[in-house]
Amino acid sequence: MGFAVAVEKDAGAAASFGDNDYAAAGAEIIADTPAVWQAGDIVLKVQPPDMHPALGVHEAELIRQGGTLIAFLYPGKNADLISRLSARKATAIAVDQIPRITRAQKMDALSSMANIAGYRAVVEAASFYGRFFTGQMTAAGRVPPAKILVIGAGVAGLAAIGAARGMGAIVRAFDTRPTVKEQVKSMGAEFIELNVHEDGEGAGGYAKEMSPAFIKAEMEMFAAQAKDVDIIITTALIPNRPAPVLITEDMVKSMKKGSVIVDLAAENGGNCALTQPGQVVERHGVHILGYTDLPSRLAPTASLLFGNNLTHLLADLGGASHFHLDLADEVVRGALVLRDGELLWPPPARPPVALPPDPKVAAPRVPVAPEARPRKQGTAGPIAAILGSALFVYLGMVAPPAFLSHLTVFALACIVGWQVVWNVTPALHTPLMSVTNAISGIIVVGGMLQINGPIGSPVVMLGAVAILLATINIAGGFLVTQRMLKMFRR
Amino acid sequence: MPETLVTIAYLAAGILFILSLGGLSAQQSARRGNVFGMLGMLIAVLVTAFGPRVDSYGVLTAALVVGGAIGAVLAARVEMTSMPQLVAILHSFVGLAAVLVGIATAMNHTQVLGGIEARIHEIEIFVGVFVGAVTFTGSVIAYGKLQGLIGSRPLLLPGRHVINLALLLVSLYLGFRFVGHGDYFAPEWPLFVVTAVAFLLGIHLVMAIGGADMPVVVSMLNSYSGWAAAAAGFMLENDLLIITGALVGSSGAILSYIMCHAMNRSFLSVILGGFGAEEGAAPAAASAQPAGDVKSVTAEETADLLRDAKSVVVVPGYGMAVAQAQYPLYEVTRILRDKGADVRFAIHPVAGRLPGHMNVLLAEAKVPYDIVLEMEEINRDFPDTDVVLVIGANDIVNPGALDDPSSPIYGMPILEVWKAKICIVMKRGMASGYAGVDNPLFYKDNTRMLFGDAKKMIDSVLTALK
Repeated sequence: MGFAVAVEKDAGAAASFGDNDYAAAGAEIIADTPAVWQAGDIVLKVQPPDMHPALGVHEAELIRQGGTLIAFLYPGKNADLISRLSARKATAIAVDQIPRITRAQKMDALSSMANIAGYRAVVEAASFYGRFFTGQMTAAGRVPPAKILVIGAGVAGLAAIGAARGMGAIVRAFDTRPTVKEQVKSMGAEFIELNVHEDGEGAGGYAKEMSPAFIKAEMEMFAAQAKDVDIIITTALIPNRPAPVLITEDMVKSMKKGSVIVDLAAENGGNCALTQPGQVVERHGVHILGYTDLPSRLAPTASLLFGNNLTHLLADLGGASHFHLDLADEVVRGALVLRDGELLWPPPARPPVALPPDPKVAAPRVPVAPEARPRKQGTAGPIAAILGSALFVYLGMVAPPAFLSHLTVFALACIVGWQVVWNVTPALHTPLMSVTNAISGIIVVGGMLQINGPIGSPVVMLGAVAILLATINIAGGFLVTQRMLKMFRR
Repeated sequence: MPETLVTIAYLAAGILFILSLGGLSAQQSARRGNVFGMLGMLIAVLVTAFGPRVDSYGVLTAALVVGGAIGAVLAARVEMTSMPQLVAILHSFVGLAAVLVGIATAMNHTQVLGGIEARIHEIEIFVGVFVGAVTFTGSVIAYGKLQGLIGSRPLLLPGRHVINLALLLVSLYLGFRFVGHGDYFAPEWPLFVVTAVAFLLGIHLVMAIGGADMPVVVSMLNSYSGWAAAAAGFMLENDLLIITGALVGSSGAILSYIMCHAMNRSFLSVILGGFGAEEGAAPAAASAQPAGDVKSVTAEETADLLRDAKSVVVVPGYGMAVAQAQYPLYEVTRILRDKGADVRFAIHPVAGRLPGHMNVLLAEAKVPYDIVLEMEEINRDFPDTDVVLVIGANDIVNPGALDDPSSPIYGMPILEVWKAKICIVMKRGMASGYAGVDNPLFYKDNTRMLFGDAKKMIDSVLTALK
């Protein structure tokens, strides 16, 4: 893109990237921290600037007058930082404020980090949980599978579901937004539904706060689940508010000894009442993990993804040659906190994007049987009808009355048979076949009518054989039907 | 016995036959229905025997006694798994009897007709013989296929449709030769020739039909045997034969229709045979598609899964019949039910080789019929089912029928077993079903394969459960 890049010495050490790797990629390595801050027009950073432990100055003071800072800034809770940056007439872009729209996905560092956090949460949980995740049946006995409850099925929650399923656990997930049900199922978890119907879909793909009735039902469900599951991973966050407390102390008490809770909302106060942000505590025999640095615990991947997010952001801002801040650009406008010291945050509310409504509400899907293959509809029907009518007329004109009366009997018997047989229960189709077999032995009557004559004449012989065969049918058919029907019992 | 009394007795017999079929609408009334049928037959035979037109009692008694004895022995000896074969061979008897009666009628010159009556009479004889002959050889071939005497793969001669058409045309020509002869007795030779031609047609028709389509074939032959009897009724001017033939004919036709519907195939395409032949290219292309790991389990693990399950659905197929696994299966069912689990059976309309075949086998093993459900009744329950046990069934649980338009069985309604939490498929190996289609079910995440002979495996599961 044409930028000249400088990197602080040992910046990538924790993520296993050496300085010479950066040098090899064309970056200048600068050892002195203030010099790094001064070196660039644009400073890329991960965490919000803070008091520098070694230098004793606030990092915000180090930025060039009128320089640009791109980092996680969380302007909602870092008013002091923003004012310091503003004093330096700085331009500040908060990557955490990039709107969650399709085009901005490649720059969405929050999603990247949430993905990592969700994965790492499962790994951390596994290391504190003293049992297998997969159920196993070994020669030495049966090991039950771990049951994991994931609360909040955002990016982190879905990543956690995937990781836990990959390790073989039984995973259940809950979210206030019914639309994520399909995503949860696609990851292989069971979606827990409440009987209270309320859509928790808030603006921008986040959840919103729910009604008291819903929360009550939700808490009852969590209490019931807490007794059953081995591991709870909570990821419930509502933007710009403290995290809702979903797991109370009583629920923790009711959990099995040795269970694990991983609270991904620890940074915002935690979803569990007993969470200590940044720490692992054991309460009532349950390990509660309040790590706030889960992405850093997977540093190489976190660096890689964050780096790519920033690269995409810089490219979106025009690269080195056409770098400018286009306020009409929804992504830029959303992330821009300060422009030359002027506070532009929060951005004017966007018209709420019409979220695709729940498909089930919009178009109630009727469980339809698979589309039957279209049957050919030719002209056979009408032609057959015409021919049939013609035949009837012809018969009516030439046929003898005796034949017509037989035909009447025949037609009516067909219709009666049709009606009667449709009522036969499918379970009795085999007895139906054997009984119809038996009664079609009625042809015995035909044979009987032929045997009048001298024994030995061909007609009598034929008739006798016909009688013999038909009788086999009658006896065999009825008796086997009887045998079968005796077996059917309630 | 006067002719009028005979007529009224025939009427009674006809009504009894209708009541007999009507009784089969529910298990409770089915046995009474069968008794009605026997009663109707008894009346018909006695009335005919003592009627004005029969006097050779020696021949009659001998034939009745011998035939009855053979039939009774057959009925008492037959295995329930061999029911399709028995039904098929019984059809062949009706067919042959119809041929014999037809020929005898033609040779019996005691009745003199003239003009249009003679023409109609000749047509009746001809049709009766033709249908009877097709039924006879068709049933014999079906019997051979079901019994395993003849390979169950469809025999597809080149130009088989042309052969069928040619045989039909020859028959039609013979029909004209037989019918169009003034007021005198028709020459008999076309009748003999058409018998032979129809024999060939019956053989060729059924040879071209594969094993999986046997339920349709058997019910179709059931229908034909009815029409043959009805034709005999016309030629003998006997209303009872007409009524009975019509009943049986429509019953078989309905069964054929139900079976075809269950496979989403037109009746004509089944009858003309060659399932999987025209579509032979498609499965080859599709077979590459389902990929993934097959997860196998042992009988002990299956027992563990069953022990933990609250609701179990068993899906039996022809493999269960072959292995005779229904007895130990019922023992397993009983143990699970005693533990309080909800165990049910799901029957696909075309499972087995005969309509309702599975029901009979399960009934034989004393499985109560109120836990044996049809496809429509159980399909919606699968999502709430913990474990599905598929025993020796394949095509009827193939999800490709729902979502893979290239599959030859696409569109066939199936049991949606993969919607259950765990689906255990008991199978001898990875071979495909009769339709020759690979089954994506085996590769699904929640499917476990239990390889081995169905009976041995169920026995091991039973041991593990105890």
